[in-house]
Amino acid sequence: MRANTWAGRNKVEVRDVPDPKILNKRDAIVRITSTAICGSDLHLVDGYIPTMQDGDILGHEFMGEVIEVGSGVSADTLRVGDRVVVPFPIACGACAACAAELYSCCENTNPNAGIAEKMFGHPTAGIFGYSHLTGGFAGGQAQYARVPFADVGPLKIESELSDEQVLFLSDILPTGYMGAEMCDIQPSDVVAVWGAGPVGQFAMDSARVLGAAKVIAIDKEPYRLRMAEQAGHTPVNFDEVDVRSTLLELTGGRGPDKCIDAVGMEATHGSAHIAAYDRVKQAVRSETERPHALRQAIMSCRSGGVVSVIGVYGGLMDKFPAGAWMNRSLTLRTGQCHVQRYMKPLLQRIERGEIDPTRIITHTLPLDEAEHGFDIFKNKQDNCEKIVLKP
Amino acid sequence: MELTATTTIRRSASEVYAFWRDLENLPTFMAHLEQVRSTGDRTSHWSAAAPFGKNVEWDAEIIDETPGEKLGWRSTANADVPNAGTVRFVPAPDGESTEVHVVLVYDIPGGAVGKAVAKYFGEEPHQQLDDDLRRLKQVLETGEVVRSDGAPWGKRALKEFPQRPAQPLSDAELEKGADA
Ligand SMILES: NC(=O)c1ccc[n+]([C@@H]2O[C@H](COP(=O)([O-])OP(=O)(O)OC[C@H]3O[C@@H](n4cnc5c(N)ncnc54)[C@H](O)[C@@H]3O)[C@@H](O)[C@H]2O)c1
Ligand SMILES: [Zn+2]
Ligand SMILES: [Zn+2]
Repeated sequence: MRANTWAGRNKVEVRDVPDPKILNKRDAIVRITSTAICGSDLHLVDGYIPTMQDGDILGHEFMGEVIEVGSGVSADTLRVGDRVVVPFPIACGACAACAAELYSCCENTNPNAGIAEKMFGHPTAGIFGYSHLTGGFAGGQAQYARVPFADVGPLKIESELSDEQVLFLSDILPTGYMGAEMCDIQPSDVVAVWGAGPVGQFAMDSARVLGAAKVIAIDKEPYRLRMAEQAGHTPVNFDEVDVRSTLLELTGGRGPDKCIDAVGMEATHGSAHIAAYDRVKQAVRSETERPHALRQAIMSCRSGGVVSVIGVYGGLMDKFPAGAWMNRSLTLRTGQCHVQRYMKPLLQRIERGEIDPTRIITHTLPLDEAEHGFDIFKNKQDNCEKIVLKP
Repeated sequence: MELTATTTIRRSASEVYAFWRDLENLPTFMAHLEQVRSTGDRTSHWSAAAPFGKNVEWDAEIIDETPGEKLGWRSTANADVPNAGTVRFVPAPDGESTEVHVVLVYDIPGGAVGKAVAKYFGEEPHQQLDDDLRRLKQVLETGEVVRSDGAPWGKRALKEFPQRPAQPLSDAELEKGADA
């Protein structure tokens, strides 16, 4: 089959690879009908998540048709022919983490748990196409994928909704929603979201659905800010204005009640010398993060507020504003999304028309053009917001 | 050399105990074991897998057992690598899980076998036993040792780093299995 693979730092390549086979009894094989490129893939391709290997198949946002199931998958959970969206964290459904709905922290699905434990203190779940640190599972930017614990994760789509309407239930819609949910939003809340990428856009929509009074979008790409504005959110361009004073202005001096970091480890900074400081540290690997958005979110949030982090961080951070966090009673919440927890309720919101996930799709490309897709998504060309790939 | 490791498994102490008490189950999750064959109610014959030193075999006997709580065994006669183990099964505070506390003691000899064993455990001997218990947990909680494309052979995961790429196995690789 054809699959998009990691071919070294800053390089992806669509190659011919063997078709997947059942390896565990609870596996299924899915013929992929739609898959997507995610901001998380950029962290891998840019080389900021360790343990990638040449030939690793990328992709963790995919859906398709079940074409084979292992002997351990009972027919009342999944059958050949079912149309499914596959959540990006692989979860066993049986461990204590799964029982607590902390699916991305599943204790059983990462065969490389020993390595993850060294980096993170405790291991995390397996994730499709997301380095060997999270298990070394082949990803979904491919024609087919093997889906472990197929009786736990995949969401069956039984209605007539299009792929485009449901594909993002695999990751970014639940992720954005979890970012907003962690904010414990009250009707009077002003919620500021750093990053108007796909994840940020869904965090904004979710904050509104959860009842926020006002939602502010912070980014530097005019077309992404326009997209947020068209959806009813208030844009702030950090390349043009000072974010902190603008946020104070927009909130009568209080600061946003809730702040969401939907940027992660590759943030850029409006001030060139501060950006350069972290860039150099990250380049020489003495710091793994460029935490501008997170620092700014913590400094901006009103006292007693919540800073919700869904942007991905991989290792160690320099100059974390611990003083602001501690002395101003901020709550910091975060996590890789526990996608399985949100798929069904969010599917219902899509069916009821409360959220339209298709609004962020700007490009649909054949899988074979994945390299071009990565290029325009990473470099913000051609007004690229979200790319759907068709295998 | 003494190794200790512990894990918590979401199964009752009697279930985890019963699985362990059937010593023939041990090779499904303990990387260094090839086979354990029961030879009597309390006696068994163990053989180690190649990385532990070729053709290392020994007899063992259970010397201490309290069903649902505790199991102790040791090698008998003149084992190449005299060894002993105990495992305690303790109900976890959540009321449904079981803490498994393992202690293994190896009397590592000189010579080729001693060298192979020392090499097998490497610089981080604990890691092996930690990984063994992770697989025990996988088997008891999910039914199987979990396999990925990068680490398809379960028990060999750590030995294989850097691993094969995260892409499906070829028919040839599948055929050769863990010996590839
Ligand atoms: N927690 C999870 O489970 C989860 C799931 C999916 C994605 N993510 C992460 O979410 C983040 C965003 O993903 P995406 O797909 O939207 O990526 P993206 O790269 O398209 O979007 C990031 C956006 O942040 C903007 N940005 C950069 N620096 C900024 C700053 N200092 N202030 C404000 N905005 C800034 C960029 O211009 C860009 O528009 C990534 O880190 C990704 O890894 C997390
Ligand atoms: Zn993603
Ligand atoms: Zn689990």
